[in-house]
Amino acid sequence: MATRIKESRGQEMALTAVVAVVIVLLSLLPMLRLVKEIVAPGGTLSTVAIAAGLRSPATWIATWHTLVVGIGGTLLAVLSGTVVAVLVSLTDIRGRSALVLCYVMPLMIAPQVTALAWLQLFGPASPFLKLFGAAPPLGTENPLYSTSGIILLLGVQYGPLVFLLVRAGLRKLPRELVEAARAGGAGWFTVLVTIVLPLMTPSIMAAAALAFVSCVGNFGIPAFLGIPANYLVLPTLIYQRLAGGGPAVLGEAAFLSALIGVIAMAGILAQELMSRRRDYRISSTSLPAEPYELGRWRVAVQAGMWLLIVLVLFLPLFGLVLTSLVPGYGIALTAKTATLDNYRFVLFEHDAAKRAFFNSFWLSIAAAFFAVIVAVPVGYLIAWGKQRWVRLLNLSVELPYALPGVVLAIASLLLFLRPIPLTGIQLYNTVWIIFYAYLARFLVLALRPTISGYHQIDRALEEAAQVAGAGLFTRMRTIIFPLVAPAAMAGGLLIFMTALSELTVSALLWSSGSETIGVVMFSFEQGGDSNYATAMSVITVAVTFVLMLVTNLLAPYLPSGVLPWRD
Amino acid sequence: MARLSLDNVTKSFADFDAVKDVSIDVGDGEFLAVLGPSGCGKTTLLRLVAGFEKVTSGEIRIGSDVVSNSGGSVAPEKRRVGIVFQNYALWPHMTVAENIGYSLKVAKLDKAVARQKVEDALALVNLQGLGERKPANLSGGQRQRVALARCLVAAPSLVLFDEPLANLDVHLRASMEDEFAAFHKRTGTTIVYITHDQAEAMALADRIAVMDHGRLAQLATPRELYHEPANEMVASFISQGILLPADVLTAEEAGHCKVKVLGTELVVRCHPGERPRAGAKICCRSADLDVSPDGPGFDGLVKRVIYHGGAARIEFTPAAGPDLTLHFEQPDPVVLESGARARLRIRSGWLIPAAGSAS
Repeated sequence: MATRIKESRGQEMALTAVVAVVIVLLSLLPMLRLVKEIVAPGGTLSTVAIAAGLRSPATWIATWHTLVVGIGGTLLAVLSGTVVAVLVSLTDIRGRSALVLCYVMPLMIAPQVTALAWLQLFGPASPFLKLFGAAPPLGTENPLYSTSGIILLLGVQYGPLVFLLVRAGLRKLPRELVEAARAGGAGWFTVLVTIVLPLMTPSIMAAAALAFVSCVGNFGIPAFLGIPANYLVLPTLIYQRLAGGGPAVLGEAAFLSALIGVIAMAGILAQELMSRRRDYRISSTSLPAEPYELGRWRVAVQAGMWLLIVLVLFLPLFGLVLTSLVPGYGIALTAKTATLDNYRFVLFEHDAAKRAFFNSFWLSIAAAFFAVIVAVPVGYLIAWGKQRWVRLLNLSVELPYALPGVVLAIASLLLFLRPIPLTGIQLYNTVWIIFYAYLARFLVLALRPTISGYHQIDRALEEAAQVAGAGLFTRMRTIIFPLVAPAAMAGGLLIFMTALSELTVSALLWSSGSETIGVVMFSFEQGGDSNYATAMSVITVAVTFVLMLVTNLLAPYLPSGVLPWRD
Repeated sequence: MARLSLDNVTKSFADFDAVKDVSIDVGDGEFLAVLGPSGCGKTTLLRLVAGFEKVTSGEIRIGSDVVSNSGGSVAPEKRRVGIVFQNYALWPHMTVAENIGYSLKVAKLDKAVARQKVEDALALVNLQGLGERKPANLSGGQRQRVALARCLVAAPSLVLFDEPLANLDVHLRASMEDEFAAFHKRTGTTIVYITHDQAEAMALADRIAVMDHGRLAQLATPRELYHEPANEMVASFISQGILLPADVLTAEEAGHCKVKVLGTELVVRCHPGERPRAGAKICCRSADLDVSPDGPGFDGLVKRVIYHGGAARIEFTPAAGPDLTLHFEQPDPVVLESGARARLRIRSGWLIPAAGSAS
């Protein structure tokens, strides 16, 4: 009865199809391949891989270690991150934005760099301790080569992560709730314990889950601190197995990486269960509460905060710089011995290091660039699309990042061990497999800010272009891209900073010729050449820091919360 | 050529009908206002016409072309309609001239011609010389004019206004209202104007479509809407009409009939062909009420007196109908006080046609 109207949906269909292909390639395919390897190695259903993995005592020891440092690191991170968030958000402490910038900084530094920096502080060769003549005698074990050392550094690394989430939650706390409690006669501390912290439970729980996943999947810290003490966690166990056995042990590695995935998922599920027990929903939105006046305590609290920053940021970085200036292991640093030779060596002389700088730079730039290009259309479908399956889409993009990096690395290995069917192209043992893994893992870092960018744009801007006669691709080019570009580009910069000194993924995927900065740094440190490793670290930290400052220039055009270090 | 027709248009979201069975014919060059309280479906109606939403059933035609029916929907970019958005929707990364010239650029018009058209459009809305500014550097009224010029420049056959004055302050509204009226007169474009403001709709529109819960409550000229509301919703919505229960005593004669309201008899206007019936309703407005201490009328109690400068709004409960509230204005000197007894007279009113009777 109703005549069929000719619709012009060709561009929409094309966009959707392209996005779907990208998501399948980058997210679903590697995960499915990993599952297949565990459930059906060689194509038939069997439990051989699982049984073999379960029989090995090393599996159980590493699992136990993973849980110990994961839970320990999470507790420390939650405790420190929450305390700092409460002090920064609810009191009249001064110099807030500087504090936030400095406290969040460790998050932007690669974990192995953090580990390296702390190792330089306390070891017997520590140039810092030597400045006071306080270094332990040569041959003494570095106190950080221990369980508590790993837990401490995980706490330092991921405390800022907890801080960011709890702070975001505290910002949404309506002041009426606090004022009502105070009008009811409660003192500040009572309000904090009975109103603020209970209402923050979901934020704290979510932060704890995220910190747990990060601690469990962390490779850099247990690699630098645990391997020398033969204290293995699951990611380092996988690394050692693969380094020793090559592709032959991939099945076992796949099982181990799935085990990490299961532990990480268990953490997220536990958080879900805890958050559902009570109703924490905050209905109204209003201004944040008036900051609590610390009065005569203010100076003391401020001093304490800065002391913390000095301890977790400046001292380790200082140690890093000092070591990078020392000509050789154990030599005391004086005006005479200080040298830039280490920098010259890694930048101009050592072939692998030179290659690593080149590789890491182009890999991070290319990954960032590609992610920005992809994030705009994917974000469009997720934020503004009407289809219901796009929520699944969002989830599947988050997955490779939510799961520990080791999992994705193993999945990529499995996927590309053999040449790609039909084309015969070999990615294994080339730099391209690292590129693929970076894309899959970091896409979400550009996607999240882009989606929040979309949510801040009035949809009518696109509709106005539509009634002006512009088709989808024209709108994308002339209206949508210019409007979300700042957010997407900020995401791209985050990717660049993260990928530049990344280690977890490339440690498992590198081959001769395709070294990354993280890999070379790691091998220097393992070979005892801490001076070279620290020189490389100082360079990456400096690049990261400069980029953070540059990105700040974008801040006025960005939705709030896109740049983690901006208050 | 630019007639807009909606035939039995329904739009459902999940289990909720946002627009239900609406039929409207807008003549070529007509200015139609769509009026209703928030949530009545008027914005959905606009989005259906623009093509941002698809109809669940029914048909929409622009000119002689079917643009929406259950078989499909022409994409908004192919409909050649113009929209003036509530918040202007000016692209912040483009200059005023780029904003206005966008549709010409999309249509790949010759650059010199396009530039001339943009200049003309700017002149038409009195914004000469502001072409190089960014929208952020304009006042609210200027932004509104840019939005108007942007939609003008493509010479659309149909222009949709989505509550265009809702974000402006009061004195700007009045001048923009004049501007819209002048715009309509000059261009002769067919206009559909969405608003929740009765005064705006009355001042601008040739006809007004009153929407209620997704349905079309009445489609009529402003005058007819005010004097002859078709149902209780329109009667009470327009100018705060007062609804009173009535019994019709006589059949219609020369457009009037005799009714009994609150125990008193009076003559009201009515549709031709009305017959005596019980349980009817009449609509009267505050201007139809008089205080008549000694004359005919009905007694009651003054419930509240709200003084608002120069006059007071009096709320009154008749003794014969304790659930009813009548309101009227008493100019200074206000003598009535809350709690006082008073006697009111209804001078005139309109008999609301029985539900279901054709109007």
